This record gives sequence, structure tokens and C-alpha cells, in this order.
Amino acid sequence: MEFSRRDTLAMGLGAAVVTVLPFRVSAAADDKIAEFTGGAEMSDGGITLTAPEIAENGNTVPISVEAPGATAILVLAMGNPTPGVATFNFGPMAGSQSASTRIRLAGTQDVVAVAKLADGSFAKASSTVKVTIGGCGG
Amino acid sequence: MASGVKPRVKVPKTAAAGDVVTIKSLISHKMESGQRKDKEGNLIPRSIINRFTVEFNGQSVLDMTMEPAISTNPYVQFEAKVPEAGEFVFTWYDDDGSVYDTKKKIKIA
Repeated sequence: MEFSRRDTLAMGLGAAVVTVLPFRVSAAADDKIAEFTGGAEMSDGGITLTAPEIAENGNTVPISVEAPGATAILVLAMGNPTPGVATFNFGPMAGSQSASTRIRLAGTQDVVAVAKLADGSFAKASSTVKVTIGGCGG
Repeated sequence: MASGVKPRVKVPKTAAAGDVVTIKSLISHKMESGQRKDKEGNLIPRSIINRFTVEFNGQSVLDMTMEPAISTNPYVQFEAKVPEAGEFVFTWYDDDGSVYDTKKKIKIA
């Protein structure tokens, strides 16, 4: 098989697109985090993210987050077409800074939670969930 | 307006003053993510509930922003303080502008 100049160029372009794609996805998630924290450093303690290790059905994956004293918690699914999942803002009548919900995951990926703590600092937790059947309809 | 939207919440009927109660909420909604395609290959437009708020006697308990990654029939469990008898107001905001709400009273035992 012979490669013309045009074929070679097209292949090179294709390869470039493939290498750039995963980077773009994580960049979108990083943008979300930067928007939430304003670029501040994140510590590891102070937030708990509970997610199953293996989820059979990516359409409904139960997760819960808890960060004592936090004013807001951002939840992201790093491998979804759009990384945002939810933002919880806790008011003065919140009994605890915790919440549970059910989320969609497109495939095996990391779920990340970032909490804005009462003193203005940020904490991050992440958990890898293995997904057997993806939940974004394909 | 999305059809068959029905909010359901579970709040204890009574609590001791100052107690923290667990509240479970669920609203039936298809939460169309905007990623799926129909049989002809056309994208089905996004239609989700994008915000959910809870207030107790006018003070905020929870204000949650929802994105397409929230599952069908969004379910949220959380905790609230009950310093006095009063009323919880739950409000869901749909992409299409509809607002669904429901109220639950709680007494001090």
C-alpha cells in the first residue's frame, strides 16, 4: 500500500486529534475545579466521598459526600462527556454538610468531590468507580 | 413541560426541638441528558431539572445545582436542623422554566 502526500497528512492529523481529545476532557474538569476554587490549593483531609467500587449500571450510581463545616461541595465525574455532576450549597439550617444522590457515569472513571470549607480553604477527595454498563446512552 | 413530574419527599412528622432530621426527596423526571440519540440519529435535546432548593421557615437548608449527570428521577438525601415547628419548602426548577414545589410541616414533639 502506497501513501500519497494527502493520506499521510490526513493520518497525521487524525493522530493529533486522538492525542488531544483526552487532554481536552480533563481540561474541562480542571476548568470546573478552578472556577469553584478560584485556583486555590486543595488539601486532602476534611471531605469524605463515598462511592461504590464497582457499579453494574452506570445510569444510577449512588454516591454521598460529607464535609463537616463546608459551605459548598462540588461533585465531578472526570470521564463523562460533561464533567459537572452537582453542586451542593448548604444553608444555615442544614443539619450536617452531607448529602447523597444518584449519578450517571459514562464508564469506568474517577469521581471527584471538592469542598469549600468554612475557613475558605478547599479540600478534595476522589474515588475510582468501575462501571460495567455506561450510563450516557450510546 | 415534562410530563408526569411528581415530587415526593419524606420528612418526619415530629421532632424534638433542636433535632437534626434526615430528609429524603425524589422527583419523577426523565432528566434527558442531551447526549442520547433517537432512532434517526438526531440528538434528543437536553431537558433536566437544573436546581433544587430546600428552605425551612424561609431559611436555606440546601441549594443544589444539578447537571445532566444526575440520574433519572433525581433522588437527594440530606439532613436539616429543626429548632422550632415549621414548614419545609422544596422547590425544583426545570430547564423549560417550570417550577415544581411541595411543602411539609413538622411539629415539635
